[in-house]
Amino acid sequence: MNKKADLSGTSTGYKIFSIVILIALAIFFIFPLYWIVTGSFKDAIAINAREPQWFPVAPILDNYIRLFSKPAFRWLANIVIIAVSAMALTCLTASLAGYALAKKRFIGRNILFTIIICAMALPKQVIVLPLLQEMNFLHLSDNLLAVILPTVGWPFGVFLMKQFSETIPTEILEAARVDGAGEVRTFFTVVFPMIKPGIGALAIFTFVNTWNDYFLQLVMLTSEENFTLPLGIAKLQGEMSSDFGLIMAGACLAALPIVAVFLAFQKYFTQGIAMGAVKG
Amino acid sequence: MAQATATVTQKPGGNKPKETSGMSRALVRRETISGYLFLLPSLIFFIGFVVVPMGICVVYSFLDYGMAGVEGFAGLDNYLRMLSDKTFHKGFINTVLIVVVAVPTVTAFSLWVSSAIYQMSSFTRSFFRCVFYLPVVTGTVAVTVVWKWMFNPYNGLLNQLTGNVGFDWLGNPNTAIWCIIMILFTTSIGQPIVLYVAALGNVDNSIIEAAQVDGATKLQVFWKIKWPAIMPTTLYILVITTINSFQCFALIQLLTSGGPFFSTTTIMYQIFDTVYKYNDFGYANAMGVVLAIIIAIFSAIQFKLAKTD
Repeated sequence: MNKKADLSGTSTGYKIFSIVILIALAIFFIFPLYWIVTGSFKDAIAINAREPQWFPVAPILDNYIRLFSKPAFRWLANIVIIAVSAMALTCLTASLAGYALAKKRFIGRNILFTIIICAMALPKQVIVLPLLQEMNFLHLSDNLLAVILPTVGWPFGVFLMKQFSETIPTEILEAARVDGAGEVRTFFTVVFPMIKPGIGALAIFTFVNTWNDYFLQLVMLTSEENFTLPLGIAKLQGEMSSDFGLIMAGACLAALPIVAVFLAFQKYFTQGIAMGAVKG
Repeated sequence: MAQATATVTQKPGGNKPKETSGMSRALVRRETISGYLFLLPSLIFFIGFVVVPMGICVVYSFLDYGMAGVEGFAGLDNYLRMLSDKTFHKGFINTVLIVVVAVPTVTAFSLWVSSAIYQMSSFTRSFFRCVFYLPVVTGTVAVTVVWKWMFNPYNGLLNQLTGNVGFDWLGNPNTAIWCIIMILFTTSIGQPIVLYVAALGNVDNSIIEAAQVDGATKLQVFWKIKWPAIMPTTLYILVITTINSFQCFALIQLLTSGGPFFSTTTIMYQIFDTVYKYNDFGYANAMGVVLAIIIAIFSAIQFKLAKTD
């Protein structure tokens, strides 16, 4: 008994102190989201009141009505299309590549893997402006593909799936080969089911990161009908910087779907992040 | 103790001298062909949209490429220009300030939070983990616009609560950068906490127990057992936080546009501004190359320091 209490740490005084700090911090971290949601239901009087209104006394929907008089639905659809296609393509290409890097023993494997690790340490945003030139050349600028394709190219997914594929026992792959299964069949019937948790982690990770990759969207998408929701909100803020009700409605619409996805799949998510680093 | 360091330093595949040793030639050929076929889709995207733009970036950095298009080879002119560019100096200093302040605080703070929560019940643990991850998921744009409102001189919460109505936090050269660092901090600690909680949970409990039987204090247990065991995680966190802090852009573009008086401009913001205001691709890409080199140097230093510890 005594030993167990010792193990978990420390004096009661310190324990209470740390719990109080943690709760205070939790409030501080949740508060911006709370302020977005409640702010989106406040009218101009409540927003400009001298005293902060902790909860909207007279909630209104006017901010959302005004938001949807802009092409906000279109922006929402665009970001969903981008995030879902980037997610699907990344999961497919990365699981194939990760499996090959983990389980195939071919010439150049170590060099390739080193290149991938090095590329991950480069500042992602630096290549965005040259990418714009490339997209101009390919006639893809101001096209949703200009955001999707580079996202799929980023090597983190390959790295993560390699880590997951390492856990596949080689004997199972050999057994499949002895049974006469071809490479493709082995991948889809043996490997795929075994790395499913990894694919889940990568899917949710790619979805959240693509949704929030503001810089790439800002550079690539220029016409209003191609905006994504985060980009649209940023532009609204630039044009109507004092209309906080409208901006909060936009921020709420941009944040809530992604927060919901995160909370629903957070187990995969945290597992995936931990797996990507700890084993590296 | 020896056991712990052994499991930490062991790397998957580290004991294979060569990737194809001990295989017949036919098998090597077979594995190589199928390996590259599996890699092909991924390689197309990687080469097409990561390697090629990197190449473009380096090539353009040596060109005189302004408003009128490519006007010739610039040699090192774009690089030399940074030496005398006052705005770039300002951006460089701010970037270093952000990194030097944000990286240690994020790392130390997330280690403290993780140590406090990793032995709690799994529900409480995932609750706190989610809470600290929330600003990352909410997204930079949504987080930034709500902070902009809270920092507003007249109807912002901060001034209303502190009785400071009228003070312009983001319009003051002395406070603006600290506001940005604070918001960057809230959006940066989510991932380190997830990583540390996982790493601390993996530390072998039997070693800690043995040490405590031998009379080790809490502090000794932390520094002699846990700290070395989580060193690879610390290193990873230092590197990713450094990379992210160096690229601080969205917060600045949305909150201050680099102002007032360039007090919040960063290298990344300068790169963006050089392209969008002056159309100077040559100079912008040279700054990009320099930023990449600076990040590489910082990462290498962190690796060195962590190794000698």
